[in-house]
Amino acid sequence: MSLERADVEKIAHLARIAVDEEELDAVAGGLSNILDLVEQMKAVDTRGVEPMAHPLHMVQRLREDRVTESDQRERFQAVAPQTEAGLYLVPKVIE
Amino acid sequence: MHNKSISELSAGLRQGAFSSVELTRHFLDRIARHDERLNAYITRTEEAALAGARAADARIAAGEAGPLTGIPIAHKDIFCTDGIRTTCGSRMLERFTAPYDATVVSRFKQAGAVVLGKTNMDEFAMGSSNETSYYGAVRNPWDTTRVPGGSSGGSAAAVAARLCVAATGTDTGGSIRQPAALCGITGLKPTYGRVSRYGMIAFASSLDQAGPMAASAEDAATLLQAMAGFDERDSTSAQEPVPDYSAALGGDLAGVRIGLPKEYFGAGLDPAVAASVEQAIDEYRRLGAEVVEISLPNTSLAVPVYYVVAPAECSSNLARFDGVRYGHRCEAPRDLEDLYKRSRAEGFGPEVKRRIMIGTYALSAGYYDAYYLKAQQIRHLISDDFARAFREVDVILGPTTPGTAFALGEKADDPVSMYLSDIYTIAVNLAGLPGISVPVAPADGRPVGLQLIGNYFQEARLLNLAHRLQQATDWHKAAPAEFE
Repeated sequence: MSLERADVEKIAHLARIAVDEEELDAVAGGLSNILDLVEQMKAVDTRGVEPMAHPLHMVQRLREDRVTESDQRERFQAVAPQTEAGLYLVPKVIE
Repeated sequence: MHNKSISELSAGLRQGAFSSVELTRHFLDRIARHDERLNAYITRTEEAALAGARAADARIAAGEAGPLTGIPIAHKDIFCTDGIRTTCGSRMLERFTAPYDATVVSRFKQAGAVVLGKTNMDEFAMGSSNETSYYGAVRNPWDTTRVPGGSSGGSAAAVAARLCVAATGTDTGGSIRQPAALCGITGLKPTYGRVSRYGMIAFASSLDQAGPMAASAEDAATLLQAMAGFDERDSTSAQEPVPDYSAALGGDLAGVRIGLPKEYFGAGLDPAVAASVEQAIDEYRRLGAEVVEISLPNTSLAVPVYYVVAPAECSSNLARFDGVRYGHRCEAPRDLEDLYKRSRAEGFGPEVKRRIMIGTYALSAGYYDAYYLKAQQIRHLISDDFARAFREVDVILGPTTPGTAFALGEKADDPVSMYLSDIYTIAVNLAGLPGISVPVAPADGRPVGLQLIGNYFQEARLLNLAHRLQQATDWHKAAPAEFE
């Protein structure tokens, strides 16, 4: 399985990771090597095999619907790159 | 002082032979003297450690000490620590200080353990050599031209060189057991869900598990006792009772059935490693265990399945690093998309980006069934292999790794060959089983690890087998001469 430069550009966009032009071939090579390793799975007959999402086949635990956490906005926002008046700042998204 | 067990140190503290402040200073001095060469710590917390030691001394004086009170340990830098920087080995979190403690961290705090610092690791726990850390590679104390293994390489090197009494680690595909093997210490990956994942920075949530890294099974049992147990803050935490791990250590091995998977002793295994493992098998026979051959037919599929499941989960988990709420943010973003893309490109290293992109691809429209669904189906087959084996035997035994510690840089440019060094550990995570690595006879002067795999929640059994081997042999007592 070998990825093209255009595939890498698409994947990088979906992953929201900037990849420089000159890196594209190297990244494509690296990803293709991993896909080659993964390719071995194809030969396995998995008809009728239940997919396993969780090792202990647990079911999601439910809890009572009530407030358990106190408001700690200031503490949590102290680690943010940029905030103002309790809001996270990002570049303008609407003109 | 640094070669004593936790129970010996704890007795010394209670009898007043030395104080926790003295013990802590001793380890801080060792770190100051030796860590320049090893790079095992990303962050040292001298002041907090001494404050913790003073509090522990007061607790001991008041007669309220537990087995870990006043004992200096280190945390892998993947566990969030309130007020102390948590980097996860990444530039992304270079200036991140968590506003809360991981459950593992708070449990050790309650037990009165002293924290010396945060240990180095592969970036976001993605790696098997510690070379992907943004904070530089860790060196193996047995041979500083070689890797300590990874991703919990800093913890393994620190314990091996006695720059802490014991440490915490995490294991997604072998990240506790493989570095424990390469550094000659004891490392236990518990059953999935045994130890809380709350506050442990997520890599692959269906595989991640925290565990102890220590000089002996006896010390590991004391640590696991403090770490294990239900936590309502972790939605996959197991609601199983926690047994007394120390009480089970001495159990008789007569009649215990040990299975040797033939797939773990085939091509690719270094003959010197195989010979060391054979010696340990003979010890188990002398201790009364019955040894039989078994088969885990889907073994060779574990690495390929893992490199779909783990990247898929990591691509989803690491989406949270967006340059907005915490972590690295690029300079002067043009717009929101540029902010995301450049913050992530600058904040993550090459291996993390590679895995995020593989996962993104495997989960993308049109490929999901061929990759992710297929991998989850084969994961079931791998898990069934173990279930069948545990109908025949009590414990599975094999080498932890196919070889001893490799040279720094040897596999750094070849990710796939690096991935294959985890061939014996990865299936255990896919099945969610507990596994322990125990040092056996060295090969060419380098440590070798023996892996024992147990059925679900059989940590006490694994610690029992490891402890009996350590009572019968001295392999775990060997220490790297350079760091005496």
